[in-house]
Amino acid sequence: MSEAPLPEIDRLAKRYGERQAVRGVSFALWPGEVLAIVGESGSGKTTLLNMIAGRVAPDAGAVRFRSAAGAVVDLAALPEADLRRLVRREIGFVHQNPRDGLRLSVSAGANIGEPIMAAGARHYGSIRRAAAAWLERVEIDPARLDDLPATFSGGMQQRLQIARALVTEPRLVLMDEPTGGLDVSVQARLLDLLRRLVADLGISVVLVTHDLGVARLLAHRLMVMQQGQVVESGVTDQVLDDPHHPYTQLLVSSVLAA
Amino acid sequence: MSLAHPGYNFAYLDEQTKRMIRRAILKAVAVPGYQVPFAGREMPLPYGWGTGGIQVTASIIGADDRLKVIDQGADDTTNAVSIRRFFAKTAGVATTTRTNEATIIQTRHRVPETPLHAGQIMVFQVPIPEPLRWLEPRETRSRRMHAEADYGSMYVKLYEDIARMGRITTAYDYPVMVNGRYLMRPSPIPRFDNPKLDRSPALMLFGAGREKRIYALPPHTPVKSLDFEDHPFTIERWTQRCQRCGAGDSFLDEIVIDDRGTRRFVCSDTDHCDTRLERRSAS
Repeated sequence: MSEAPLPEIDRLAKRYGERQAVRGVSFALWPGEVLAIVGESGSGKTTLLNMIAGRVAPDAGAVRFRSAAGAVVDLAALPEADLRRLVRREIGFVHQNPRDGLRLSVSAGANIGEPIMAAGARHYGSIRRAAAAWLERVEIDPARLDDLPATFSGGMQQRLQIARALVTEPRLVLMDEPTGGLDVSVQARLLDLLRRLVADLGISVVLVTHDLGVARLLAHRLMVMQQGQVVESGVTDQVLDDPHHPYTQLLVSSVLAA
Repeated sequence: MSLAHPGYNFAYLDEQTKRMIRRAILKAVAVPGYQVPFAGREMPLPYGWGTGGIQVTASIIGADDRLKVIDQGADDTTNAVSIRRFFAKTAGVATTTRTNEATIIQTRHRVPETPLHAGQIMVFQVPIPEPLRWLEPRETRSRRMHAEADYGSMYVKLYEDIARMGRITTAYDYPVMVNGRYLMRPSPIPRFDNPKLDRSPALMLFGAGREKRIYALPPHTPVKSLDFEDHPFTIERWTQRCQRCGAGDSFLDEIVIDDRGTRRFVCSDTDHCDTRLERRSAS
């Protein structure tokens, strides 16, 4: 792993009305590292993710991001246009529901092509080639390039969304429950795919999930959140095998053994 | 002025309203392609019949102007006739069907074939001013996209055209980049007319009545139609010539002339066609 953290999250906080959704969360993510954030619904995982993605403005704190050029910028303080440009180039986002991350009314090829076109590609042939190559990479038959995502199964839609998020080769990918709502065999295949892509591309991932199995399989490091705070963090296996915080212990003991 | 109907203020709108619209027009001219909101008034005709164009024309027309109105290229269709009559009645201005002689040309669907010259003003009637609307239904978002010149997604539409049909099939209201900055809908003119907007010596004003937006192309503004490097922008071509005047370089309408499906191709620009016929019979 290289020398500097990619994003460095510094005491991020967000309040929705009376409720403090995230209370001063800090962590650093290193290039090529996969960090899972687990916790129950309403613990602030998704809000945290949205703040890192520049979708929600934090009330306090900083998201220091090291751009490809080497300059360190604070996403929370960046002008909107610069933020959008940087996020588009360097950060990919995978939603739980593929319908939130895809354009259902245009073909699979256009869905993968859109981020490349947004980045400035203006050659139809090469956009199409890139889209076909990525379909293959996420194990979708390239013959379905011109089909609408609405005709795809849930698992295929999710894989298409992952292709769309990765096609510009961002250095950081944020995933919000990427395997939620899929049946277990489809989940297993998707996890395999994700693990391979993440290793191949050397991208850093922040993965929000409530599924400890997913966290164990994908993540190098684990962070447990409760009521907007990080209650425990460490190497995944260590946290899961030897949980210290009572809440983590509860989480680990709640997993059903198959 | 004396010819104007005494019951109306000059050109129908009150002076206060005209000043407000002129301010919007000035801003639109200052920022080419940017949609300026304005407090559109109720006009004595329904939305979709040219209320935006009429308000723009009413605000800029003077007693010594000569007005031409085009509807689908023709001077003698309902919309063209009634708008021309409207201004003849409320402003008492001279009207014409000749592109050369007109100082203001209000239009729907076409830019005249006769090249425009400096000093002329084109007024376009615009049904939907927002080029990003199909892509992004939220106004707050589309305005942000304009502010950030975030137009890459617009190519998705062209991509889909080529993927499905093998070529770009968008035939009218073909999106353009204005002065390298703002994405603009040229109103429902055929893409045949898009090149006529590029660096035109005439001032072009666009009025959308229902959506209450005004935008503009000052004279000599670069206007580029969106395309791909390997699928460049092209205009429509016909294998026929106009069967009335024989023109081979104008936009042709295909007209069914009997019950057996016999077709005839004629110029859509009636003034262009008539002028060519007159010139031929004179020589």
